[in-house]
Amino acid sequence: MARVVVDVMLKPEILDPQGQAIAGACPRLGFEGIEQVRQGKRFEVEVEGEVDEAKLADVRRLAETLLANTVIEDFEVRPA
Amino acid sequence: MTARVGVVTFPGSLDDKDAARAVSLAGAEPVALWHADPDLKGVDAVVLPGGFSYGDYLRCGAIARFAPLMSELVPAARSGALPVLGICNGFQILCESHLLPGALTRNSSLRFVNRDQVLRMENTRTAWTNGYDEGQEILVVLKSGEGSYVADEETLDQLESEGRVVARYVGGNPNGSRRDIAGVTNAHGNVVGLMPHPEHAVEALTGPSTEGLGFFTSILGHLAAPAQA
Repeated sequence: MARVVVDVMLKPEILDPQGQAIAGACPRLGFEGIEQVRQGKRFEVEVEGEVDEAKLADVRRLAETLLANTVIEDFEVRPA
Repeated sequence: MTARVGVVTFPGSLDDKDAARAVSLAGAEPVALWHADPDLKGVDAVVLPGGFSYGDYLRCGAIARFAPLMSELVPAARSGALPVLGICNGFQILCESHLLPGALTRNSSLRFVNRDQVLRMENTRTAWTNGYDEGQEILVVLKSGEGSYVADEETLDQLESEGRVVARYVGGNPNGSRRDIAGVTNAHGNVVGLMPHPEHAVEALTGPSTEGLGFFTSILGHLAAPAQA
C-alpha cells in the first residue's frame, strides 16, 4: 500500500474568510509579521501497490471529480 | 390534470416537508422522491430542498451530486426539459452538479445567518419566477452558513448581461455574496437556485410573509404554458 497526497486550496481570487480569521488571531497571540493565511485541505489517499503514473492519474481524476470543486479550488497531487 | 412536483429527500435534508407543503398549498401534487432511487416517477418538476445532505461532508452538496437520483435528474435538467428549483442546500447541489455556474462558500461573517430577508426579483421569466413582477420585493427567510455566492468576474458579467440573476439581497448583503446575488438560473430558465427559503414564507402562521408562494405557483403557470420560459 502506498500513499498519495492531494492538497486542495481555494483559488487566489476566492475570498477565504476562515484564513482571514486565523490571520486576525495571530497578532493577538504574539505571532508578529504574519501578513496572510490561506486555509486549505489535505487528503491522504491510500492506494494498492506502488504509486506509478497510472495511479497518480487515477487520483488526479478523483481529485477533479470529487475532492476539489474546480470552480473555486485548485489541487495538487503528489506521492507521499 | 394536477401538476406533479417531486421533492427529493437526501439523508440530512431538513426542508423537504416544508417544500412539499408549499407545493401542495400552490395547488400541485407533491411527490416524495428518494435520493437512492434512480427514478423521477414521471414528475413534471423537481424541488431540491434545504438541509445538510450527507452531512455536507467534503463540501456542501458535493456528495449529494452523485446520488443515484441525480443521474436521472442532471441530464433532464441540463437539456431544459425538467424544471428544477434548488433551495439553499439544493442550490449548492445544483452548483456542484454544474447545472448552475459558480459556487456557495462560507459566509463572510463566518456565522450562520438566520433572519427574515428582503429580495428583489430580477428575472421573472424563469419556470419558477414567472408569477412575480420584475423589480418586486419579497420577504422570505434566510438561514445558511455557506451562502456566499462566488464566481469569477467573467461569469458574473455573463450572468448579468444575460439576465440570469434571478434575485438579489436588499437592505445589506447578509453573507458576502458577489454582487448581492441570492439566486441564479441557467440559460434555459428551467433550473433556478436560490439561497433563501421561499418555502418558509407561504403561510401567515409560520412565515414572515406569504410572498414565497410565488415560486410554487409560478411552476404551475409554467407547466400550463411552458412557452413562456
